[in-house]
Order: sequence, then C-alpha cells, then structure tokens
Amino acid sequence: MATSVASRRLSASERLRRSLNNGRVTAALILLPPALILFTLFVMLPLGESVYYAFFNWNGYGTPTDYVGMENFQRIAGHSVFQKAVTNTLKIVAISLFLQMPLALLLALLIYRKTPTNALFRLIFFVPYILAEVAAGLIWSFVFDGNYGVTASIAQSMGVESFFILADRDWAFVAVMTVIVWKYFGFHMMIYIAALQSVPEDLIEAARIEGAKRHQIVRYVQIPQIKHALVVSAFFAIIGALQVFDIIIPLTNGGPSNQTHTIVTYLYTFGLTRLNIGFGSAVGVILFIAAITVAVFYQRFFMNRSET
Amino acid sequence: MTRGHIIRNILRVGFLCIVASFVLAPMLATVLGGFKTNAEIRTSAFALPDSWNWEFYGSIVSDPMFWRYLGNSLLISTLAVVLTLIVGAAAAYVFAQIRFFGSRMLFSYLLLGLMFPFATAILPLFIKVRDIGLLDTYWAVILPQAAFSLSLAILLFRTFFEQLPKELFEAAYIDGCGYVRFFWRFTLPLSTPILATVGVFVFVQSWNNFLLPLVVLNSREAFTWPLGMMQFRGEFVTEWNRTLAFVTLTIVPAIVFFLAAQKYIVAGLTGGAVKG
Repeated sequence: MATSVASRRLSASERLRRSLNNGRVTAALILLPPALILFTLFVMLPLGESVYYAFFNWNGYGTPTDYVGMENFQRIAGHSVFQKAVTNTLKIVAISLFLQMPLALLLALLIYRKTPTNALFRLIFFVPYILAEVAAGLIWSFVFDGNYGVTASIAQSMGVESFFILADRDWAFVAVMTVIVWKYFGFHMMIYIAALQSVPEDLIEAARIEGAKRHQIVRYVQIPQIKHALVVSAFFAIIGALQVFDIIIPLTNGGPSNQTHTIVTYLYTFGLTRLNIGFGSAVGVILFIAAITVAVFYQRFFMNRSET
Repeated sequence: MTRGHIIRNILRVGFLCIVASFVLAPMLATVLGGFKTNAEIRTSAFALPDSWNWEFYGSIVSDPMFWRYLGNSLLISTLAVVLTLIVGAAAAYVFAQIRFFGSRMLFSYLLLGLMFPFATAILPLFIKVRDIGLLDTYWAVILPQAAFSLSLAILLFRTFFEQLPKELFEAAYIDGCGYVRFFWRFTLPLSTPILATVGVFVFVQSWNNFLLPLVVLNSREAFTWPLGMMQFRGEFVTEWNRTLAFVTLTIVPAIVFFLAAQKYIVAGLTGGAVKG
C-alpha cells in the first residue's frame, strides 16, 4: 500500500518533470529566436560583411567583384589624414586620462556627501552629459564663432581682434577637446561619486582618529577603495574616444584641411560619402580590432584582479 | 567651526562655482541668444536681451517640420525601446530559467555586441538596409538600434531574472501556467525596475543617435530631430538666433525628461559601471 502511493507519487513527479521539459523546449523555441535573428541580421552579419568587403574595391552597387587584397588597408595606413585621425583619437584618450579624470575625481571628492548644495552641483555638472552630442557641438560652435558668436562678442568687449579657433589648423582640435571634457567629465564624476558613497564611513573615521590629514585620507583610504571605479571610467574614456563622431560634425566637420578627423569621421567622410564601401569597411575593421583589443585588456585586468 | 574650516569651505565653493559657470555659460548664452537679434548676440552674448524677441522661438514652434522631426524621433525611440525590451527580456528569460545544451554559448554570442562600437559595421549596415528596401523608413533606424541594444539588455535582464524567487514559478506551474505565460504574467511585471532602467537607457541613446539616422534616412519627412537641427542650421548659417532657439527647444525636453527619470538614468549609466 505504502509503496504503491510512493510509486504513484514518483510517477506524478516524473510526469511533471517531463511536461516541464516539453514546455521548456517550446518556450525556448518561441522566446529565443527573435533575439537571435535580430542580433545576427543587424549586428553580426554586417560585422562579418565589413571584413569581407574590406578586401574589395567596391562602390556598393551590384556585388563586390574587384578583389584587391590588402590594398585598402595599405592605402589607409599610408593616408596622412588617417594618421592624423589616429593621433587625434590618442589625444582624446590622453586628455581624458590626465585632465578629465583628475578633474572629475577632484569634483567627486568635493561633492560626494549627500547635502542639498552638493546635489545641486552634481546636477549642474551632469547636465552636459544628458545633452545630445549634436546639440553640444552646435552650442560650442556658436561659442567659438569669431564672426557672430560668443568669441566675437568677447573679442569686441575686450577691444581685440576676433579669432577663429575652429578654423585654425593648430588650435581647432584643442577646441574640440575642450568640448569633449565639458560634455563628459560629469559622467566620470558620477561614477566616482557612486563609488565614494559606498566606501564605509568607519574606514575614514578610523583613519581620522589615527590622526590622518584630509589629503592623506584621500590618498590612502578613498582612492584605493574606488580603484575599481577609476579603472572602469578609464576604459569608458578609451572606448568613448574610439567612437567620437557626432560632436565633430557640427564643430569642424573634420576641417580645417582635415586636421580634426577622428577614426569614425574619417570612416564616414572617406568611406560613406564617397561610396568607397570597401575602403570604409576596412576602416571599420581597424576600428573593430582596436575595440576588441581594448575589451581583451579590460577582461584580462579584471580576471587578474579577481584571482589575486 | 575653525577659521581654517571656513576658508577651506569658501575655496571649495568658489572652485565649484567656477566649474559650474564653465558648464552653464554656453547653455545660458544659447537660451538667451534665441531671444536676441543677431547684432545683439555679436556685441553681448551673455547679457539679458534688450527686448525679449519671441519671434524666433515662435516661428520654430509654429513650423510643422519641427514637430515632424520630434514626432519621428519619439516614434523611432519608443519602438526601439519596446522591441529591445520584449525581444531582450524573452531571450534573457530563457537563459535565466531554462538550462539546455548550448545555452551558455548562445548567451556569449548575444553578448558580443558589448565589445564593439556601432560605427564598425555602419557601411555594411547601410548596404543591408538598402537591399532589404528599408532605406528612408523608420525601421531602418529602429531595427539596428534595437539589435545593438540587445547585448546590454540581455545581460542586465538575465541577472535580474535569476534573482526572482524560484518558488513562484513552481507554484505557478502547479496551477497550470506554462513558461511563456509565466513570462508575460509574472516575470515582466515583477521586473519593472530593470525594464525601466534599460528602457530609459535605450530611449536616450536612440533619441540622441545621429550617425545611424544620418546614414539611412534621406528625406526630410523621415528626419529625426538631430538631423532636422543640422538641416535647420545649414539653412540659417549666419542667423545664430534661430539655430539657438531651435537648440534650446530640443534641450528643454531632454532636461525635463532627465529630471523626471533621474533615478533610472543615473542608475543605468553609472550603476553598471561601478558594479563592473
């Protein structure tokens, strides 16, 4: 009697398990394919195709037939404008690491505590980040406009001759980098603030009781505690530098005389607008390799960290 | 408070105010510029306007194209959000609830999108969209936008779904509720915080996107607002006051939206970063 109940129970649970399995397969077959199809069609396939197209000389019509091997890559590597674009990208990385991040850290340290005034400053510093890049670019192209803009008005009130920084070969990119710092320092600051707020208050209190000065607390307690956030924000800055595009178009459109291109504006200008699909795809592949390299370094870094 | 304290505090607030004015001055000049004549902008960019000219703002607000641009952006962004949330949550639900052969591999495959920028594949994307016949339609922006947002969405959704109590599913199953119904009836409603975070993130990205619409949209009727704004700028090159009014009218909704959804935006943008 007892065994028959047990076996009936067993078979009931067995039945439950089986039908669960069946339900599982159906559910997976309904719920998974949309994501797989969408992702494959609009992310992975284009990515694969850009590797393929990169070996052809192709204007985008019909099918690519003019196989040119590595020629596109050689032309890109030898093109002075591309070299300039890479230098500019590295400049953005440098300014992010050595000016933007320290500024953001300093501000975060000044306003991470939760008070109403701090909240107001936090809000103000974050506003540029929520603006669209194109809007930010237009606002600053007005600021830098020596004919009709803010620069004109300042020069006039100081009685000096107006200047045109965005048309200056040497200074235009400095102007671009100013806008980039203006736009993004608030984002890095927010990352640091979130991290600083999660540093245990006891640690800081303990250091203070031990007689540590404010700058020593920052140097030996707070910064080591938020190291993770600092590294993350550095990687964000590097990945961001690889993608700068929107902000350049309203500011300089890559000019004057192609001095302010980034990798993506280069891709757009020399690949798309001239319908050199093969050439532009090769630029895309280079960008892809750069992004992968950064991603691998990123993972390495965190794997090493979790092991130690 | 000691005197040292007070001095340090004054220095602190002074420094913060300097940075704040660096941040706000260009925006202030922009908002005010929309009220000024061009001659006035040239002489005093930061002063209040002599007389408040509402005509530049008025002419944009009464221009149907302005609303057309905003409407296009709103439609495209909303559909991109809806598509990302439904498709992404469905996939993440499978990864969180159902163990099957190859599930880890498919999961890693879908996360590959986190690794590289949009721009890497923009040219083949243009060709593909053109060959499918979607060029100059809303779908040309919506589908790639959603596809590129999927990786992050699936990653965040799966983590969240795995934390939902398992007992709930077992109880629901005994009552005859299958996986798909459970997903609609329980998982999605219980996940509003993460859906909101991802939704806001995708919305902001799509709303501000410039490169993709620039490449796949040609006619003004289909333009999103960033394209419309650049078009407008091109038409009134020397009339800054009109462009500034346009810019102001587009950043106001962005700021209002930010203030309303601040919690989700800050969580979405920095939370993931801090947790790694």
